[in-house]
Amino acid sequence: MDWTAFGLSLKLALWTCGLLIPASLLLARWLAWSGARAKPLVEALLMLPLVLPPTVLGYYLLVGLAPTNVVGKLLGGIAGRPLVFTFPGILLASLIVNLPFAVQPMQRAFESIEPNLREAAWVSGLSRFDTFRRVELPLAWPGVVSALALVFAHTLGEFGVILMVGGSIPAETQTLSIAIYDRMQAFRNGEAAAMAAALLAFSFLAIAVVHLAAKRGRQARDAREVHR
Amino acid sequence: MTLEVILAQDAPITLHVGLTCAPGELLALIGPSGSGKTSVLRAIAGLLPVAKGRVTCNGALWLDTTTGIALPPQARRVGLVFQDYALMPHLTALENVALPLVGLDKSATESRARELLALVNLEGLEGRRPAALSGGQRQRVAIARALARDPAVLLLDEPFSAVDQMTRERLKRELVALRSRVKIPIVLVTHDLDEAMALADSVSIMHRGRTLQTAAPEDVRLRPESATVARLMGQSNIFRGQLVAAATAHKPGRLAFRDGILEVAATGPFKAGDAVNWLAPSEFIVLHRRGRPSQGERENPLLGSVTTLTVLGEQTSVAMRLDGPDEHILNFRLATHAARRNELAVGAEVTVSLLAAGIHVMPTEA
Repeated sequence: MDWTAFGLSLKLALWTCGLLIPASLLLARWLAWSGARAKPLVEALLMLPLVLPPTVLGYYLLVGLAPTNVVGKLLGGIAGRPLVFTFPGILLASLIVNLPFAVQPMQRAFESIEPNLREAAWVSGLSRFDTFRRVELPLAWPGVVSALALVFAHTLGEFGVILMVGGSIPAETQTLSIAIYDRMQAFRNGEAAAMAAALLAFSFLAIAVVHLAAKRGRQARDAREVHR
Repeated sequence: MTLEVILAQDAPITLHVGLTCAPGELLALIGPSGSGKTSVLRAIAGLLPVAKGRVTCNGALWLDTTTGIALPPQARRVGLVFQDYALMPHLTALENVALPLVGLDKSATESRARELLALVNLEGLEGRRPAALSGGQRQRVAIARALARDPAVLLLDEPFSAVDQMTRERLKRELVALRSRVKIPIVLVTHDLDEAMALADSVSIMHRGRTLQTAAPEDVRLRPESATVARLMGQSNIFRGQLVAAATAHKPGRLAFRDGILEVAATGPFKAGDAVNWLAPSEFIVLHRRGRPSQGERENPLLGSVTTLTVLGEQTSVAMRLDGPDEHILNFRLATHAARRNELAVGAEVTVSLLAAGIHVMPTEA
């Protein structure tokens, strides 16, 4: 079992969730209620990572992030070092690849909120921010939980783009899924089998925990209700 | 505390509205579906922007398009009860009512919310969520939430449409009781004429985005300003005629209708020679008893035959075709026992009197 690779996968998944979920929450809310003309284009752009082969996405990211071009130089300057074949590089790739998984469930959740509930909140004197905090977010919460579970699990399992952008550098970009591939190439089937099983179990556990937590939250609220 | 509303716009939806509602007054906005009633409430609440308009309440200016003032809903002290109540599904009844209570500490908020729920007779259901409440209970939570803001005006959008008949009657009685406790203007939107008649101090008739007439319920029903208002108020006995002589203090007016003359007690602003529409409300039509003279028998007698007869419980609705070449149908109601005693049946020859006091003269429509 390659604990370094395991730790790296976990770190990548946590960073991706931490950065992507809040940003996607706002994007999803805008997409759900905006009548902007650019909306279909934005939606199409967001879906691209789902349909493009990881190699295509990886290729453009690799070229784009190379220190020889403007974007790569700029982002590299911010990160303090070139992004290709580094952890910040695969994090950026992971954020882009996971966009549809983060945005879709939350957008659907916001869309399912009756418009007159927001209006009722405004008429009750709640500011737009309070309406978001006390009405929209609680009602969209199942969508947030789904997004969290999907992004976390998908990041653990991401392979192609990470390999293209990050290479397979142990302790830097070699995540668990890449480590498995690496061991298979070296005919170390036993190790690969152990890690594959571990990834399977951990992914299942992660999704189960998130859904259980969501259910526990609902039950706690119901219990509180009965007490009143 | 008076609410004054003027709205004027032609697009995207037509709204030409003038309303005034005094504190403690219940104004019913009535009209068919799509006539713009709900839009008026939304404009008052600040949820619908309008091209031109002015809304003041209790001296506070909420909207004035000439000076560019348009307060957001949060800054208008309105209590709005939505047609489907718009209760927060994730909050309990108590939490829903507490939603507008900002700036109070936790215990004060809770005790105030409990007080409001008690006001609408919902003690004991504080911890229930909307899904676990009946339609009538939801409506009461919505009213309590609307009152929680200590509103300067209460707006009710078809508040009785989502509940069954029995609950509706009880909720109406509760609304009447509530009115005496909250001395603010109340605007009720409804398409139910009986509801408006029973609850309102004044009614405003809306049609295609315009308020056509605002007056006491009886006035709008018996003395509509136009044939359109009369039809919207459910009147069907509307006919054309020509004024032969205007009424004076001593003499009734004379109205030419087909080849006869009808006496009318009042002729309004119209003078001899004017073509007019006239209305005979059902309650001013008297059926002549067979073989025995009836009261007011000589007053505007009309002959015809019964075309349909519908028993509606205690009342029976009768349509009669007036004798003569052209088709004129007169509709009226009478007590079912009177219909039986007079052996009314389809095809039966009948004579009725139109009481001169009830005939109302209106302008012809362009």
